[in-house]
Amino acid sequence: MIVRVNALGLTQLLTPKNLAHSISVKRWLKMRKLLMGILVLAVAVIGMIAYEWYMSSQREIVVLATTTSTYDSGLLDYLIPIFESKYDVEVHVIAVGTGQAIEMAKRGDVDLILVHSRQLEIEIVNSTFGIHRVGVMYNNFVIIGPVSDPAGIEGLSNATEAFRRIAEVGNKGKAVFISRADKSGTHMLELSIWRRLGSVPSIKNQSWYLEASAGMGMVLRMANEKEAYTLTDRATWLSFKGQLANLRVLVEGDAILLNPYAIILVNPDKYPRRNYRGALKLAKWIISEEGQNLIASFKKEGETLFEPIARDFNKARMLGFPEQEREVEWYDSQDP
Amino acid sequence: MVESTFWEEILNITLLSLRVSGTAVLIGALIGIPIGTFLGFRQFKGKRVLMRFVDIMLRSVINTFMGLPPVLVGLVVYLLFTSSGPLGWLGLLYTPTAMIITQLIIVVPIIIGVTMSAVGSVERTVRERALALGATEAQAAWLVLREARMGVLTSIIAAFGAAISEVGGIMITGGNIRWWTRTLTTAIVVETELGNFTMALTLGAILLSIAFAINLALTIIQVKGAGR
Repeated sequence: MIVRVNALGLTQLLTPKNLAHSISVKRWLKMRKLLMGILVLAVAVIGMIAYEWYMSSQREIVVLATTTSTYDSGLLDYLIPIFESKYDVEVHVIAVGTGQAIEMAKRGDVDLILVHSRQLEIEIVNSTFGIHRVGVMYNNFVIIGPVSDPAGIEGLSNATEAFRRIAEVGNKGKAVFISRADKSGTHMLELSIWRRLGSVPSIKNQSWYLEASAGMGMVLRMANEKEAYTLTDRATWLSFKGQLANLRVLVEGDAILLNPYAIILVNPDKYPRRNYRGALKLAKWIISEEGQNLIASFKKEGETLFEPIARDFNKARMLGFPEQEREVEWYDSQDP
Repeated sequence: MVESTFWEEILNITLLSLRVSGTAVLIGALIGIPIGTFLGFRQFKGKRVLMRFVDIMLRSVINTFMGLPPVLVGLVVYLLFTSSGPLGWLGLLYTPTAMIITQLIIVVPIIIGVTMSAVGSVERTVRERALALGATEAQAAWLVLREARMGVLTSIIAAFGAAISEVGGIMITGGNIRWWTRTLTTAIVVETELGNFTMALTLGAILLSIAFAINLALTIIQVKGAGR
């Protein structure tokens, strides 16, 4: 038998039978390294999948969808850790616009929501996807604008009139208004004020109306850059004031600018796989004496950002929660 | 925020980025390299119009999927995993697993495409020479793979780059939940929204450093391989 090493460095025997054998042995040896590599890779992958699965199943999780303004104010980063350590529950907070939060509740992607748009809240309760709507706290919206105030709205106590003047001066090219344009609670209120004047502006005909489709923080900074008017909740304003040298509060106090927040649980009949018990625990705690006191104690720049109203039944009723007393009684009676 | 948890949070965010993108690329390699190699070997050539047509269509489809907008992938995955969606019963929405799956879908076409291209371009020259020098089909195939391993490594580098810098898709499917589904890129979004630009830039610097370190490692492997 003659052995030959060919130009490719492969050993070849010259007889046909041994030729086949030699090649497959060589190939197998080389394959071994490759197969080892694939095996290691597969083990790593299986290990990672197992780890992910293990991490996900470890503790009780409650998913809360809330609005960007609530989240950006810092209130939840202040409140939630206290709840988490007290009840050994992990709360996952997703901050989106009110409209999206409500959609997420309707789709059963979250366990409860904390939002601020009466119209949308009533809708979801009527649809039975949301249950036990209860008032938690409120703050005020304010109209902010450039220090120079070209529309001359400073000191007005009528928000609708302020918007009218902004539009008038805007049409003359001397003012700009920035809208959240994201179905957030702030946006919904802004739209309701424009509707009182007839119709909602659009950049096509009113070049001074900018639709940002962004969170409150982003819109505030935009307004600062463009020296524009916008509607914001006071809590976020206070949180961001330091970054907004070109702006100040111009209009406040109108009853329409009251901004109440509600908690709504996701109906367990619709989505039995959700953590209803956990959601109940969290909601109950937020409207409890302890939760309400903590909300009242949350300050920025020395000012309270949110006024608790869960246990002030008269105030709650006035702010659009006619069933407040009954709902709070119900929550108090629950023992999740 | 308490000082001691500041660095804890950065560590949490960084580790999550590595975990999500790393796992996606690992699994993607396991799926994509074999498929890409197979497609690279079976190049549809020849003078027949039909073969040419299939070849062009295949390449176009793969190239399109390579450039798939990550945010669109995120949207589709969201609709699949939403409670009332077809895979809702898995309860995977707003978890790191959903983010890994999102990035996996983005990464696999990249690995397939680049591997296919690498194997294909090597194949012509090496295969023909090997056959001319007396190798069998099987031996030639093995040699092609060996030569193409630089290209295969390139596909991994490209895939990791795409994954670690991705933000839109994982925001939709992960929810950017603090301590749970917040990665370096999505944390930059939050910090920018809040106006904490220093923090956002710091996170960006960390992201770049990590990307550089990993690419350095992969490139060293790649270059060492080429030296043989």
